Amino acid sequence: MSTQQNTEERLWNFIDGTASTDERTVIEQLVQTDANWKAKYHELLEVNKLLQSSELEAPSLRFSKNVMEEIAKLHIAPATKSYINKKIIWGIGFFFIAMLIGILVYGFGQMVFSSGEESYVAKNLNKVDFSKFFNNTWINAFMMINVVLGLVLLDNYLSNKRKEFRKHH
Amino acid sequence: MSTGLNDNEIISLVLSGNHQAYAGLVNRYQNYVFTLALRMVKNREDAEEVAQDAFIKAYKFLADFKGNSKFTTWLYTIVNNTGISFLRKKKLDIHSLDNDKVFEMADSLDSGMRADKVEQKSKLAMVNDAITLLNPDDGQIITLFYKAEQSLEETAQVLGIEVNTAKVRLHRARTRLKEKMETYFPQEVKDLN
Repeated sequence: MSTQQNTEERLWNFIDGTASTDERTVIEQLVQTDANWKAKYHELLEVNKLLQSSELEAPSLRFSKNVMEEIAKLHIAPATKSYINKKIIWGIGFFFIAMLIGILVYGFGQMVFSSGEESYVAKNLNKVDFSKFFNNTWINAFMMINVVLGLVLLDNYLSNKRKEFRKHH
Repeated sequence: MSTGLNDNEIISLVLSGNHQAYAGLVNRYQNYVFTLALRMVKNREDAEEVAQDAFIKAYKFLADFKGNSKFTTWLYTIVNNTGISFLRKKKLDIHSLDNDKVFEMADSLDSGMRADKVEQKSKLAMVNDAITLLNPDDGQIITLFYKAEQSLEETAQVLGIEVNTAKVRLHRARTRLKEKMETYFPQEVKDLN
């Protein structure tokens, strides 16, 4: 960054009131003692004053009427929080968490932790021939398509949520 | 009717069914909203369309205004989003106008000034003209900070950026504004010093 840019940035911070107290003291001294700083300070101060007093543009005379005519055809949408019931969201969340905990508790309950004996679940699990289910290319492809579709749906859902959030903010 | 009421009181009136009270907010902020829109789309007709859309959207979703920030900060966020959508639809480059367009605008302003006698041109009008030569982002941040009574934090909130980023963007916008003023209005700038 060039010295001039740095000077301007520090002076703008000073004028905007965003400079720290120490920095303010330093700049005040520089403005008082250094002719270049003083000149630049007055130049920026003048630009600042002009910007503060610059004029607003006005729309056409019918603008307000046009807006009121348009809104006369509309209804105010209910607040988002009024139709998104938090209790239902919490209820769904609680149901899934309870289900997971139940499965885990059941699973652990079926386990036999002694080293010699094989558990009931493990014994029966060994009897299941998974190769019968997953040896077919078509089934694998079908499952892969399902996974991809699931991800697409999830992506759609999340992007819709993001759009709604942006629209409302 | 709602002239003496503050923004939140008018909003309460509108939400309780007095839809005509919304005119109070439109009259109060139409110049701010229109100026902001104009800084983005650079054309009065388009700016009026964007400003109108923004007021309509604000009305439709008024129930969602929680009052955590100033009404104007919320409203200008809607103006900003509406302006960006408008520019996307029109497939204009939001970030930079091409140089030809800037020079063309500067020429038209310059010739307009000559016809009107340069020396009679007020300093304030010169600033406004210089702002119109800036790219939409620069013009918008300057308008928000100086004209729309938004603090640096609120300006950052409206634009959806960090406060420090807003600070840097404001510095750069002012630097570019000064450059435009020095290039296209050298005499007026000289008179400032």
